[in-house]
Amino acid sequence: MDIISRGFSGRRSPENAKLPPGQYLTTDFPVLSAGPTPHVPLDRWEFTIDDGTHVLRRWDWKSFRDLPSETFTVDLHCVTRWSKLGTSWEGVSLDTILMDVQTDASYALARSYGDYTTNLPLNDLRNKQAWIAFRFDGKDLAPEHGGPARLLVPHLYLWKSAKWVRGITLMPHDKPGFWEGLGYHNYGDPWREQRYSGDK
Amino acid sequence: MAGAALFGRQVMWRIGTVVALHDETPTARTITLEVPHWPSHIAGQHVDVRVTAPDGYSAVRSYSIASPPNSHGRVEITVERLPNGEVSPYLTQEVAAGDRLELRGPIGGWFVWRTQQTEPVQLIAGGSGVVPLMAMIRSRAAAHSTAPFRLLYSVREPQAIFYRDELQALIDKDHSLSITYAYTRVAPSDWPRPPGRIDASVIASAAWPSNFAPTCYVCGPTSFVESATDLLSASGNDRDKIRTERFGSTGERK
Repeated sequence: MDIISRGFSGRRSPENAKLPPGQYLTTDFPVLSAGPTPHVPLDRWEFTIDDGTHVLRRWDWKSFRDLPSETFTVDLHCVTRWSKLGTSWEGVSLDTILMDVQTDASYALARSYGDYTTNLPLNDLRNKQAWIAFRFDGKDLAPEHGGPARLLVPHLYLWKSAKWVRGITLMPHDKPGFWEGLGYHNYGDPWREQRYSGDK
Repeated sequence: MAGAALFGRQVMWRIGTVVALHDETPTARTITLEVPHWPSHIAGQHVDVRVTAPDGYSAVRSYSIASPPNSHGRVEITVERLPNGEVSPYLTQEVAAGDRLELRGPIGGWFVWRTQQTEPVQLIAGGSGVVPLMAMIRSRAAAHSTAPFRLLYSVREPQAIFYRDELQALIDKDHSLSITYAYTRVAPSDWPRPPGRIDASVIASAAWPSNFAPTCYVCGPTSFVESATDLLSASGNDRDKIRTERFGSTGERK
């Protein structure tokens, strides 16, 4: 039911070919958060894996940073329609984090300082698709972008990449996180344009 | 959560007809759309607007709704023209009465003020970030709410104020609404403070004391929101009571 907008020509660029539907390219790094930016001192930072009842794994900043890390370059797609291509990060793969964790859970809820949460299938955290990132563009990750460490799941819209992440709860059943309970799509695949609840 | 029930169904694209336009400032224009079967909205929510070129190329941007709920199928947005924007120059310079625009919404269930809320509210706006806060002020007035509201509105200069006459008329007749302007570049000649960014002394004099436990809504550019929320926290406000909406320099959120 497209309506032609008289007098609108728009701005096309060759880069648009690399963008998911409905996204536009930005070169800066906008910020979207629901509340104030938490400032988490490294000597109080921790990251835990739990099953909703028991803590299965726990790292403080030092033991987390002792884990093998990797550098990677990925494209970011925010549901507010900007995309940023070729961003460089350093972080610990979720494959490393989950290596020794025995679980029958199918879903995960990422939990953050500041009480943000987001849910996703556990498989989306595995197989070189997700990291706990602590450096961006060669520098320690700034607090407004989720530092000291954030989840990064670049194949989903960026709200799934929880900033200020402090742990992951493994769940047998799916449960909506913060934005998923406020009208945003439960899965959030940018290539299928799953922005809002009810989008196919 | 209350918001969840609103969004169980699909948010569909609708067609709105432009019925009125007026300039708020030299660079910002309010567009009033008539949208058949608009399901109404909650103050603070936004819409996605889609514009489509004759060859089918389209672009979508999100804009906060400026009008209060229950406006008889009318939806108002105020768009600030960004110098390198793709959509905002079109919406602020080309669109005319009678044109049709596609829109989808209302969207967002977090940065909202509901008329049932009775606690003190602190609104803090940076530039065009005032738009969703104006929807809250209008919603409060339309509902004859007496929830105590304060707006701290930071603008570059007096000519950059949106909704100036309407805000003045509201505070003239309603003593539980107050507004403090803060000028960052140019202040009126009789203004008590030199131009500058909002700092701890502005928060101390213009915002609710933190022991009133206000719910705070802060909207503006990222750096403004970061700084304002840090100041609110430092003056004793509970972080859980601070809700934010940010836009980046190219984000075209507003």
